[in-house]
Amino acid sequence: MWGIALLVFREVLEAALIVTIVAAATRGVARRAWFIGGGVGLGVLGAIVVAAFAGAIAGAVSGVGQELFNAAVLFAAVLMIGWHVIWMSSHGREMAQHMKSVGGAVQTGASSLTMLLAVVALAVLREGSEIVLFLTGMLAGGADGLVSGLALGIAGGTAVGFALYFGLLRIPIRHFFTATNWMLVLLAAGLASSGARYLVQANILPQWGSQIWDSSWLLSDGSLLGKILHILIGYDAQPSGIQLAFYATVVALLVVGMRLFGGGKASRPRAAAVTAGAEMAG
Amino acid sequence: MKLAVLLSLALCMPLAAAAAEVPEYVLTIQQHRYQPTELKVPADTKIKLKVVNKDSTPEEFESNDFNREKIVMPNSSITIYVGPLDAGTYTFFGDFHQDTAQGTLVAE
Repeated sequence: MWGIALLVFREVLEAALIVTIVAAATRGVARRAWFIGGGVGLGVLGAIVVAAFAGAIAGAVSGVGQELFNAAVLFAAVLMIGWHVIWMSSHGREMAQHMKSVGGAVQTGASSLTMLLAVVALAVLREGSEIVLFLTGMLAGGADGLVSGLALGIAGGTAVGFALYFGLLRIPIRHFFTATNWMLVLLAAGLASSGARYLVQANILPQWGSQIWDSSWLLSDGSLLGKILHILIGYDAQPSGIQLAFYATVVALLVVGMRLFGGGKASRPRAAAVTAGAEMAG
Repeated sequence: MKLAVLLSLALCMPLAAAAAEVPEYVLTIQQHRYQPTELKVPADTKIKLKVVNKDSTPEEFESNDFNREKIVMPNSSITIYVGPLDAGTYTFFGDFHQDTAQGTLVAE
């Protein structure tokens, strides 16, 4: 039972952390519970479907189907998180002000919410399909304590997610969306790095150095904290060069994107000052 | 757009990769154990690792030391590319049966 609980816990934890960041990033948004709940539900269904077709996926594209599938899911999540981050950089300030003044729910762009629903669904699908495969194996082997192990694992993983969520809620509201936006940026960068790793494993991308550094003596990927940081900020004890390149590229693209498309409120006073100055000079 | 670039890379790269000579090594999973439990591979060389699962249950081949993970379905096999690795000892395990499925890769 404990072995089952531990494996389920680790997989649920990874998905739960992503769901938690999304939940925090959509704080105060109307109908977000429906979107997040819907995302989890779709993800569970997707996980069962993916597990059912795992053999076909593994055999596809001359044996690298699994890597391509994982990489595609990860890069899709990166794109959608990126969209939301850039969108939020122009609307987040208004949302925070609205929440402070009205204290109620904010009506926000449905497209941005749909993106995050998909991110939740993809996270649950990826980790969930491993749980389904593991459990079917256990079921075939006639293992004891399947249900209790599953329940314990889900409860444990979800509990860590909730703990993080309530920790994040302590961030003052005026910094809140800046913080969650940065968490989304690092989450996306980490997912991109994982996606690159799958493509290296399939020999599709070059490695650019198999281990740029080794910090496993300090914090190994297998440890609980290592796993948590792996999801939250993309921590990797032995990253390859291409992983770092993907990580840095996503961070750079999103920072530039936020500067270009976002910061409407932030740049306006300066623009107004320039206009005023021009009028005075004229 | 990045996805499109990657997909086009994905389409043309396997051809390039297949042309290179990469030595292949085989690991077998039976009764949720790896055989051999210690596999010697050349250091500083990219290798192709074939993992054959003879059990009737799925397994996930995984290593934190050389950063790989891949599901191996029952009675089937997978291949992954590993390294080039520095000389040293690298552990791997079966994520679904960690109490028995343990092994090491020795690069020398």
